[in-house]
Amino acid sequence: MSIGATNPRPYLEIKDLNVRFETDDGIVQAVSDSNFTLERGKTLGIVGESGSGKSVTSLAILGLHRARSNAKVTGEVWLDDEELVSATDEQVRKLRGGKMAMIFQDPLSAMHPYFTVGSQIVEAYRVHHPGVNKKVARERAIDMLARVGIPQPERRFNDYAHQFSGGMRQRAMIAMALVNDPKLLIADEPTTALDVTVQAQILDLIRDLQEEFGSAVIMITHDLGVVAELADDVLVMYGGKVIEKGPALDVFQNPQHPYTWGLLGSMPRLDRDVRERLSPVKGSPPSLINLPNGCAFHPRCPYAGRNGDRSFTEVPLLRGDTHKVACHLSQEDRTQIFQQEVLPNL
Amino acid sequence: MSENLLEVSGLEKHFPITKGLLKRQVGAVRAVDGIDLQVKAGETLGLVGESGCGKSTAGRLFTRILEPTGGKIVFEGEDISHRSGAQLRPLRRDVQMIFQDPYSSLNPRHTVGSIVAAPLQIQNMPTPQGLKKAVQELLELVGLNPEHYNRYPHEFSGGQRQRIGIARALALRPKLIVADEPVSALDVSIQAQVVNLLDDLQREFDLTYVFIAHDLSVVRHISNRVAVMYLGKVVEIAERDDLYKNPRHPYTVALMSAVPVPDPARRDRAQRDRVLLTGDVPSPINPPSGCRFRTRCWKAQDICATEEPPLVTRLDDPESHLTACHFPVVDDEAVVGRKPAATPV
Ligand SMILES: Nc1ncnc2c1ncn2[C@@H]1O[C@H](COP(=O)(O)OP(=O)(O)OP(=O)(O)O)[C@@H](O)[C@H]1O
Ligand SMILES: Nc1ncnc2c1ncn2[C@@H]1O[C@H](COP(=O)(O)OP(=O)(O)O)[C@@H](O)[C@H]1O
Ligand code: SF4
Ligand code: SF4
Ligand SMILES: [Mg+2]
Ligand SMILES: [Mg+2]
Repeated sequence: MSIGATNPRPYLEIKDLNVRFETDDGIVQAVSDSNFTLERGKTLGIVGESGSGKSVTSLAILGLHRARSNAKVTGEVWLDDEELVSATDEQVRKLRGGKMAMIFQDPLSAMHPYFTVGSQIVEAYRVHHPGVNKKVARERAIDMLARVGIPQPERRFNDYAHQFSGGMRQRAMIAMALVNDPKLLIADEPTTALDVTVQAQILDLIRDLQEEFGSAVIMITHDLGVVAELADDVLVMYGGKVIEKGPALDVFQNPQHPYTWGLLGSMPRLDRDVRERLSPVKGSPPSLINLPNGCAFHPRCPYAGRNGDRSFTEVPLLRGDTHKVACHLSQEDRTQIFQQEVLPNL
Repeated sequence: MSENLLEVSGLEKHFPITKGLLKRQVGAVRAVDGIDLQVKAGETLGLVGESGCGKSTAGRLFTRILEPTGGKIVFEGEDISHRSGAQLRPLRRDVQMIFQDPYSSLNPRHTVGSIVAAPLQIQNMPTPQGLKKAVQELLELVGLNPEHYNRYPHEFSGGQRQRIGIARALALRPKLIVADEPVSALDVSIQAQVVNLLDDLQREFDLTYVFIAHDLSVVRHISNRVAVMYLGKVVEIAERDDLYKNPRHPYTVALMSAVPVPDPARRDRAQRDRVLLTGDVPSPINPPSGCRFRTRCWKAQDICATEEPPLVTRLDDPESHLTACHFPVVDDEAVVGRKPAATPV
């Protein structure tokens, strides 16, 4: 893949993003040297265990760390030819909720308990459309509620968030996030708290809305099933680093990183025969204050010693063409291990 | 005595809704509303269903943390439905519960050692090599470092905390463990470790499990039989493979089709085959007449509103496969409720 001088910048481009937090316990290196791109109309899935830096990545894109004095962000975030890390607070505020929007796992945290759902959507709309009168904004809000499948939207407009069921709240939050036709939508575990039947409805909704608005979507989740359903590209994070990245089909059919193998081996799945035992990753996720030397995954990796000491001393770089992996094993070794040792246990 | 360790029949738990200063009862939440099932010694019975369908309430009834408002619970041939106080003591040893939230189910001010020791002390269990040794053996059994005896819960990760909960549940060598979403709050890799641990312990100690979860894949992995609940009722129950290969109740069909398939190559097919249920689960205060699923069921007919379908064997199913539906789904049925992906509610 060659990048010619005339090639336009991708719609979203993250370059060498680093996020660290100073805490009483030490420095949390929450995101290290993250690089990725995303085009409009496409969905990027970010997977990884809790604490691997997924949410911090998205918060950094949205500039939400700006409110935290202990956070330090370096690198570049380009959204539609605008660089956001060095942008002014005012610039970022304008984009947030307008061109880029976010939906969270817990809709109650995004919605105010003392204002009606409808009035909050109206407010979100008017912030970015200051000239619009109340009546038009109200119609827009009701229209959005209807779009996300809330029955009787005129009546529901006047309800408070706590009067909605979990699925309806999630829908209402999506309505609020989409009211300004964002071109970048970041969904952080949007269905984790929901039942599968409701999850299916919400994923369906996100798919439809993306088609309609041509938005770029970042879907953050620990559920590989959700990623497989939605993502064009997948990015696997471990210990604050991107350790595998590629087209979804490649990553699922031909996973390259031992951690990704572990994730797949941990998961019972309905589309396969029942296995006698699951094959989980041993141990537990690392602390981001004190990452292991070399490859951060080495204490849990069954293959760490296979090629000398490099895994213990040298941080593996993310390498490859469209499908990249950060692991010292050679391509041949990886293929052989995957075919002979991993695949039979999946 | 039968091979059933636990038998429940017509089991009900209605929580009263009261109003005003006089706490006048104005209604009831019918959390569990007449369920019949048996748990065989040595098996794992999975209990699945959506949030609020009554799984946890059922689990709390089985362990007699709650007292039923109707029906019967028989454990090892004895009716324990309304036992209280000292009468419950043997049950507090033989039946244990593991909870979803490893954070809130452990007292933060107690050391791990004293948490795991508590049931031994309360039940005056003899510990020939001393209490500390007994506790350390339990910690080791669940894969924790016995030297961490004096640490506090906050010093452990979520998965480790769940192991502490399991050690505590095992302390009295129970016969039945009711595990309520024991892995739902854990990361996938840790979840798999705990599932494997529960598997090993079951084999080693001849344990019987009731495994409550909303994750259908985990339940399939761990269970011998599975019961599906909807709005306080069991709507289908069968041997694991019968249920997953030939789901009969429309709700079971919808539930299974909603599980995301972790294979992008099958994405389109999974989406096409998906039954998108519309609307919300009705309130358990005022459940629909007849079949409770009828307000969301694509196969509903007039009779579904007037006659409650009994939980019985249907079609050519094996005797052990029971379905509560007037028009159960047959093999290879084209499920007419399947909607184009875009249909809004
Ligand atoms: N103590 C109580 N008083 C009143 N209602 C209750 C009580 N406990 C549970 N309920 C209600 O009973 C119904 C069943 O609750 P239960 O906790 O058993 O559901 P569940 O299937 O375990 O759900 P989840 O998957 O969310 O854990 C719900 O409507 C719930 O709100
Ligand atoms: N405001 C903050 N101050 C200090 N540490 C933080 C802050 N926000 C997140 N972190 C830490 O950054 C790491 C990555 O967190 P996060 O991105 O939320 O993980 P996840 O992958 O689960 O979304 C974690 O170790 C977390 O504790
Ligand atoms: S670099 Fe070494 S330790 Fe890291 S994943 Fe590869 S083999 Fe395992
Ligand atoms: S009894 Fe009727 S409404 Fe209920 S599940 Fe069967 S077909 Fe649907
Ligand atoms: Mg997160
Ligand atoms: Mg529950």
